[in-house]
Amino acid sequence: MTDIPKALTHPLTHLVNLEQPLNIEQYQAQGGYQGASKALHDYSPKQVLDLISESNLKGRGGAGFPTGMKWSCVPMFSEDDENAPEFKYLVCNADEMEPGTFKDRMLLEGVPHQLIEAMIISAYTIGANRAYIFIRGEYHLAAERLQTAIDEAYKASWLGDKIQGTQFKLELYVHSSAGRYICGEETALINALEGKRATPRAKPPFPQVSGLFGKPTIVNNVETLSNIPHILKNGANWFKELSPNSDAGTKIYGASGRVKNAGLWELPMGATIREVLYQHAGGLQDGLALKGLLPGGASTDFLLPEHLDTPMDFDSIGKAGSRLGTGGLIILDDHNCPVAMVLNLLKFFAQESCGWCTPCRDGTPWVVEVLTRIEKGQGTLADLDTLNDLCDFMWLGKTHCALAPGAVEPLKSALRYFHDDFEQHIEKKCCPYAKGH
Amino acid sequence: MDIIKTTTIDFSHYLTEQEISAIEHEASIMEYREAAGIEALKIIQEHRGWVSDDSLYAIADLLQMPSAQLEEVATFYNLIYRQKVGQYVIHLCDSISCHLQGYDEILAAIKAHLNIDYGQTTNDGVFTLLSNVCLGGCDKAPTMMIAKQHYQQLTPESAIDILTTLKEKAVTAKTKKTKGSNAND
Ligand SMILES: Cc1cc2nc3c(=O)[nH]c(=O)nc-3n(C[C@H](O)[C@H](O)[C@H](O)COP(=O)(O)O)c2cc1C
Ligand code: SF4
Ligand code: FES
Repeated sequence: MTDIPKALTHPLTHLVNLEQPLNIEQYQAQGGYQGASKALHDYSPKQVLDLISESNLKGRGGAGFPTGMKWSCVPMFSEDDENAPEFKYLVCNADEMEPGTFKDRMLLEGVPHQLIEAMIISAYTIGANRAYIFIRGEYHLAAERLQTAIDEAYKASWLGDKIQGTQFKLELYVHSSAGRYICGEETALINALEGKRATPRAKPPFPQVSGLFGKPTIVNNVETLSNIPHILKNGANWFKELSPNSDAGTKIYGASGRVKNAGLWELPMGATIREVLYQHAGGLQDGLALKGLLPGGASTDFLLPEHLDTPMDFDSIGKAGSRLGTGGLIILDDHNCPVAMVLNLLKFFAQESCGWCTPCRDGTPWVVEVLTRIEKGQGTLADLDTLNDLCDFMWLGKTHCALAPGAVEPLKSALRYFHDDFEQHIEKKCCPYAKGH
Repeated sequence: MDIIKTTTIDFSHYLTEQEISAIEHEASIMEYREAAGIEALKIIQEHRGWVSDDSLYAIADLLQMPSAQLEEVATFYNLIYRQKVGQYVIHLCDSISCHLQGYDEILAAIKAHLNIDYGQTTNDGVFTLLSNVCLGGCDKAPTMMIAKQHYQQLTPESAIDILTTLKEKAVTAKTKKTKGSNAND
């Protein structure tokens, strides 16, 4: 196993350098821009699309939607077609604000050229001549490094007119946001880019048909896109075989909470929770035991120690009752209060609700009020029924976007798995985890 | 017949040439001028520390858009300050991974040290304290961000040390300024 080059086993991260990312010459010397070169010179857009579909790449932004299928919804036009829109757009979603998620930051700060190369190939495939990287306002260093890399790419004819002597042209811009979680939702992101208040849009129409400035638009996550150059270079089969028993490719998993060695690791898709938590994150800190965990960021359902052997892929985590989400484990130890944890999560969702749908705008603060009461030891058993009712009011199909259902996931699962903890708060009239109890 | 009194500020008198050219650049890469609203707000804030009503009207005038529409954008974002803030704005992460790893103690230490609560500014005008959602440093929690700089793996002591260093910087900068202006007098 040891002689397989890292480029083939850790495609996304083998060139990451957080101190000083590779400049364009160094990146090219390591095989960079070969995927883009292959796409522009040897493949038609349709052929790239087929390759991506065949690779079975699924979105890494949280929902796991097949990338090839998403791209295939973009209308294609021949050069002389009068109905062709002036522009189509490709947008990279680098808003990463899901609590407990910090993987995109590593790719943005550590290997910006990989994302630019990916965007060239993707834009070529869907026929977009303008592209934006929508990055959260707090990622200053990443935005700076991206801009430096983009400037280098323009100079080296990887961006601009007639890229590498072909007929393809692409303008790439960085748009840095000003902090609001909802901007990560793709239709809210489009409104934000248009300079509007960033509330989501009702679908349909879907962005693939009518998105940014009313034109066909694809929004993809940083990690999703970063896979593209490697699929071009190494083929769809290589990508599928990276994880023979599971979804295709690798995944950047993370772990945070009171573990020994929090961090990020690129592993074959489908590594088990146990492997990530114990082999890589080193298990819990001394004196602490595992009580529960969120497998993929704040808006996923809790899982329990009995789920440790679940492979972290879309299907398996789904069958265990949660979602892979962003793949960032948030570990709850036995000295941290589950009620306080859920209260923290729900405060986040209440604060970040855009206010468009009543169940979300009024439901999330209501949950916060009830949870605050329980955590303080002033709750009643009837409050638990209220919380369960609110979970129903905010569930899928009752709101315009997935923020509210995302808030329900940790709440509902906590009510089920940590029922005793909720009851103890109510019976003892205090938080049993507070110091001095 | 104007029933509703509206306020406009002529941008050319209010904004500096530098500000205008930076905003014009942003407007030029968007499909229409209004789309540069958020960038324009950030540019003004970079130069002036915060976005006053007059700044907002001036930007709206420059981008030829209703000021109410720009206000709708400005108030949406937590990194746009619509009130005067201190020289350093402390953005303390209050999201889940930091919560699990000692956020409470950091907050208590900062509040006690500066004698302010969230949303307040110290009397000397040096610090404003705000919360921030997950800063993307969850593996190195607890975290905060001040003046574009991310500080990680905070302890109550290290957090106070950081504030003390910044405060000294603020004081030196101020005395330099006063000396400078005296020399001009
Ligand atoms: C409230 C909310 C916030 C989101 N935030 C992000 C985000 O920060 N980054 C991201 O890539 N996707 C985010 N998404 C998912 C996007 O809407 C979209 O599904 C994703 O960018 C698609 O990219 P993918 O197909 O490559 O995964 C969010 C969704 C919701 C509902
Ligand atoms: S669910 Fe919440 S965040 Fe999403 S559109 Fe409705 S109010 Fe806005
Ligand atoms: S939760 Fe604080 S940095 Fe992520």
